[in-house]
Order: sequence, then structure tokens, then C-alpha cells
Amino acid sequence: MPKVTFPRMGESYRAFRMLMNDLGNEVIIPPRPNKKTLDFGVRYSPEFACLPLKILTGTYVETCMSGAELIITSGGSGPCRAGLYGQLHKKILNSIGFPVDIIVFEAPKSHPIDFLRKVKRVNSSRLSYLAIWECVKRGWEKLKYLDDLEKTTHALRPRELKKGSTTKVYREVLEWIDGAYAMKEIHEAGKEALNTLKLVPHDTRRAVLRVGIVGEIYVLLEPASNLEIEETLGNLGVEVHRSMFLTGWTRDNTVKETSGILSVKEAAMPYIPLCIGGHGRESVGHTILYARDGFDGVIQMAPFTCIPEIVARTILTRVSREHNIPVLTFFLDEQTGKAGMSTRLEAFVDLIRRKKNAPVSDNRIIVG
Amino acid sequence: MAARVGIPSSLFYYVHFPMWQTFFSELGVEVVTSGQTTKGLLDQGVREALADACVPIKLFFGHVISLKDSADYLFIPRIVCLNRKTIYCPKFLGLPDMIRHGLTGMPPIIDVQMDSRQGFASLWKSYLKIGRIFGLGKGRIFMAYLKAYMVARRFQSLMRSGLHPPEAMAVLSGKENIADPVDYNGDLTFAVLGYPYEVHDQFISVGLVKKLKKMGIRVITIENLSPRKISRANILDKNMFWTFSDLALNAAYYLFKEGGVDGIIHLTAFGCGPDSMVDKFMEISSRDYPEIPFMSVTIDEHTGDAGISTRLEAFVDMVKRRKEVKNNSCPR
Ligand code: SF4
Ligand code: SF4
Repeated sequence: MPKVTFPRMGESYRAFRMLMNDLGNEVIIPPRPNKKTLDFGVRYSPEFACLPLKILTGTYVETCMSGAELIITSGGSGPCRAGLYGQLHKKILNSIGFPVDIIVFEAPKSHPIDFLRKVKRVNSSRLSYLAIWECVKRGWEKLKYLDDLEKTTHALRPRELKKGSTTKVYREVLEWIDGAYAMKEIHEAGKEALNTLKLVPHDTRRAVLRVGIVGEIYVLLEPASNLEIEETLGNLGVEVHRSMFLTGWTRDNTVKETSGILSVKEAAMPYIPLCIGGHGRESVGHTILYARDGFDGVIQMAPFTCIPEIVARTILTRVSREHNIPVLTFFLDEQTGKAGMSTRLEAFVDLIRRKKNAPVSDNRIIVG
Repeated sequence: MAARVGIPSSLFYYVHFPMWQTFFSELGVEVVTSGQTTKGLLDQGVREALADACVPIKLFFGHVISLKDSADYLFIPRIVCLNRKTIYCPKFLGLPDMIRHGLTGMPPIIDVQMDSRQGFASLWKSYLKIGRIFGLGKGRIFMAYLKAYMVARRFQSLMRSGLHPPEAMAVLSGKENIADPVDYNGDLTFAVLGYPYEVHDQFISVGLVKKLKKMGIRVITIENLSPRKISRANILDKNMFWTFSDLALNAAYYLFKEGGVDGIIHLTAFGCGPDSMVDKFMEISSRDYPEIPFMSVTIDEHTGDAGISTRLEAFVDMVKRRKEVKNNSCPR
């Protein structure tokens, strides 16, 4: 059995592991990014690479040391660097002596043949396409539950009666999802997990602040890379609404309902009429939608030197002014510390709380 | 009074200025530029632009600001794609937006989109739109476009014959007949790879090219190579998405493979996103070609003259010594 691994993005590895196992591969689970991961990443990546690239380099080095032979990842042809991560990682890993191969899945729509060929390569137990499809469907179902659970924690955390209880229960119920295998089991475990999570004692009437989170996909989805900003905010009594989940924005229409039919793209149109790659335009669009929905503030998370987010940030200055919503930007790199971030978050939360209570135009944008 | 269009002397300036200048003057529109980069321009840009932006973008802000009072329009087209294949760095794609929303009190921006992937004659249509802004007829605009196109061709061929963009521009405007006053006594040839707005900006590159020439070294840049040939040298299974990066990387692959140069210098800007990858790819590849020394030089807003000179001299010395050793050990 070939030993495969893949990038880690939050809890999604639980679903991918199942899928890869089903296809007959041994899975080396990518470890949660930690100090060591970052050290490896910094040592072997170009100095000005964006944080996601560095973290992934580190993760791959760690998994290669545990014997991974094949890395599976996705490509994309955005004007952004992520589309070339695979090629660069392969060169880097090979040059430091790991003979791994990397399979980069490109969008099936534009490269159908290539896609099928690659599917065949990871299909070690020679399943039929139909069987593969079944596996993918189960994986997707799991992903959806994982996303739903995470979303629920965002609403619960600021309202919980005992600090830390949400996170504790969340950790526990995740394991249930992990144990489920057949479609029926997944549904059962998922529902059970959601219900249990909602039982965490909380105060539904507590007035909380609402903050939208926008930015680059990797740092949004991997809590270890954003220093658990969502947890920190939750503990400060803020309900966060993240603009991106792996299973997609479309499933989540809480914002859409209230803002009519304005899509993210349309919202961003007056400011940035063109897709600039990465998620720059989405960051602008989501910020506008959040403002229209009466959110109290927006936080932009971006890797240091992230090209599209820098463009977005320049434009957000004006969006913040014209839509009267405070925006705080974090440019993350390997030196960003949790303590510094918490201080700035506290100041920001103070600011939006004051603004909410006395709605004068005390509206600033803060960068870092 | 004729309308005045301001063209910042940065970024696309080194690639398209001759064409744009011709186009506008044929339309009877006056062109003003921000001139050579100075410390003042850079400082201004650094103050106004986002701290996390790359140096060239900060510098561009500076150039734009200096045109504030001397131009009625700013010409900052949104150039997406010109070769039907690769696009430009996201910061180029968002350039007009960054200027419009990041600076206040600027003249109106002409931000016509140029994207050759949008089908036949899409570039002409973009220029038509520009001409319409000045209320001119289609015929007149077409003549101007044609003339501009011819100038662009001439500019290209001058550069392919070995001139660097500033020299070629000088020739085009009839200022200087022999663009190359330096006498190459040595027999060294270096390639300086990097983006045109870094390599050919005297100030931001700390005069790197000039310094090399002073040492009697022949310098070739990407503009001197045939784009078709270098694009064939690509060894990745995917193109770089960004035109300038794609050119730089493939030029390195091409030169490593074909030889013909004694050293390769990669000039990169602090805070440049694409370059972090380009440089790593080059570095990894250079290990397979030990006979061609490779060095990368990073420039930022504080780069000092002295630091660069020392590194350059050391590099040149090393290359010279290697060459002598090689020549001595294999007698002709
Ligand atoms: S979007 Fe930003 S972080 Fe992602 S690859 Fe591009 S530059 Fe890097
Ligand atoms: S290619 Fe690099 S230097 Fe040029 S604009 Fe983009 S990030 Fe800046």
C-alpha cells in the first residue's frame, strides 16, 4: 500500500483520511502545524514565500519523515501562487533528499483526462468509478458535518456559561464523526454530534458582537495558522462569521437572505471589477455584505506578502469608510505571536463595542 | 489647450511607453511623465502606499502622486493579458483600483482593460475606447493605433539587437545615435534577470546594470532574448501564470541550458510575491549548472549603494577567477 498524505486544513483531514483509506492507501496523517512544522517550513521555503506555503513545506517534511511517498494536493490556475505550490514543493522536497512524488489535482472541468489519470493513480485498490464516487460522496457528507459543527461553535462560544466548555465538547464530538463509516452512520453521528454540541449550557439572550472574517483561504481554514483567532474572539464575547468553508459559501445563506440577491461578486464590483486571483475580490465583497447585514466589524486575515489580499487591503480602506464598518487586518507570518494578536483583538473589540453603544462615526482601519 | 495625459514612469513604462506616447501624440493629446525615479518620489510612495506592498508598487504610488497636478488624466490601463497565455501579477490587475481607492484627489484614471484573450482585435478595441474618451473619430484613432503599433515593433527589434529599454527609447526619440558608449574590454557576459521596472530603473536597482558595464562586462537582459525561444525552455509541467515571472524564470532555464553567459544575476524586489517562487526555482536549477555562477540580489527601499557594489565586485571577481582557471587548465 502506498503511503499518501495531503495538506492539512482544520479538521478536514478526517474526511480525506477516510477517502484515501477507502481507495486502498495507507494514510500518513498530516500533524497539526506546530512550532516544529514552522521551523522546517521556514528553513526550506523561500524567505518571502507566503505563510501557507511555508506551513505546507513544514508539514510535508514532517510527513515525509514518517515515510510518506505520495502527496496529494490541488492546483488551480488562479493568478496566485497556490497554483504552483505543488511544483515548487516537489522541487524543494526532492532537493533535500525526499524522493516523494506530488499529485496535483487540477479542476476536472478544464483538464478532464488528466483528472481521471490522476484518480487512477491514487486508486490503489482498483475500485470502479462508481465505487469511487460512493466514497467521495461519503467523504463530502463528513466534510459537511465537520463544517456545520465548526460553525455551531462560532455561535455558541460567545454565549457559553462556562468558559471553554464549547471547545471541550467540540473536541469530543469530532471523534464520533471520525468513527462513523457507512453513510447512515455518518448521518447519525453527525446529527448526534450537532445536538450534543448545542446542549452546551449557554445564554441565548446574551447580547454579543458580530464580526465577519474574510481573507485568504488557508489561513482562514487552518486554526493553527491563524493562532485560533476564532476561539480568541469567541472568548471575548464575539460571534464570528467566517466567509469561507471548505464545503462552500453557497450552502450558507444566512447573509444572502438578508441582503437580498446581491452576490459577493456584485458587491465587490464597484471597487474591484476583476478577479485578481486568490480571494482578494471575495474579501472586498464579503466585507460589503457584512456591513449591509449590520455586522459590527470585519477582520481580514492575510499571509504576509499575500498578493491579492494586499490589493484588497488597499481597497478596504475606502470600503470601511464608505460602508461605515471597522476593519482590522492581520498580516500573518511566522513571527506573529498570539499575545500580540490578542492585545490587538481586545483593542478592536473595545472599539466596536464603543461604536455600537454610541454610534458616532468613530471608524478606523487598523493594519498590522 | 490639449488634454494632458500622465503616464507614470514605472511598471509598464519600460515595456509600453514608446507605443503609448506615439498613440497619444498622434491623437493630439499631450503626454506628461513622472520622469526618472528619485529619492523623493520613492519616499512619497512609501508614505502613501500600504506598508506591506512590494517596493515597485510603492514606487508606482510615488510616481502617480507626482503627476497629480500636471495631468488631466492618469493613464493606468488594466492590463490583464497580452499574449493570450499568461496574465500579470494580481497587483497589476488591481492597479487602477488601488490607486483610485487608496489615494485621494487624483485626476480621473483611464483604466481601459486590455485582455488579448477576449478574442480577435481586442487590443484595438481597448485603444479605440481610449481614443473615444477624447471625443475622436474611429479613423483617426485607428491611424494612431497603427502608428503606435509600428513604433512598438521597432522598439522590440531595437531591444532584440541588444539595446536595453532606456537606450532603445533614446534611439527612438532620436536623442542618441550610438546607445552604447561603453567599450567592452573584458570578455565577460552577464545576464541580469528580473522585472523590467526593477532592472531598468536606475534608482531602484542602484544602477546595477550600469555598474556591471563600468566593469567592462556585457549585460544582457530578458528584452534581448527571443520570447519564443525562452518559452520553449520551460521545464516545469505548468507555466508561471504571470507574464514577467514566466519570462524571467524561463530565461534562466534557457541560459542555464544554452550557456553563452558567464554569470546570472537575479534581481528581485523585497516583498514581491511571485519572486519568492521564481527565485527558489532558479536557485534549485542553478545547482545543476555549477559552471554558470548564480546570484540573487534583493532590493528594497533602503538598499544602499555600497552594499550592492561590494557584493557585485566579489561576484565578478569570482567569475573572473573561475574563467581564468578554466582557460589555463584546458590549453587550446
Ligand atoms: S492567495 Fe496569498 S497566500 Fe495564497 S498563494 Fe496567493 S499569495 Fe500566497
Ligand atoms: S510581480 Fe512582484 S514586484 Fe511586481 S508588482 Fe507583483 S509583487 Fe510587486
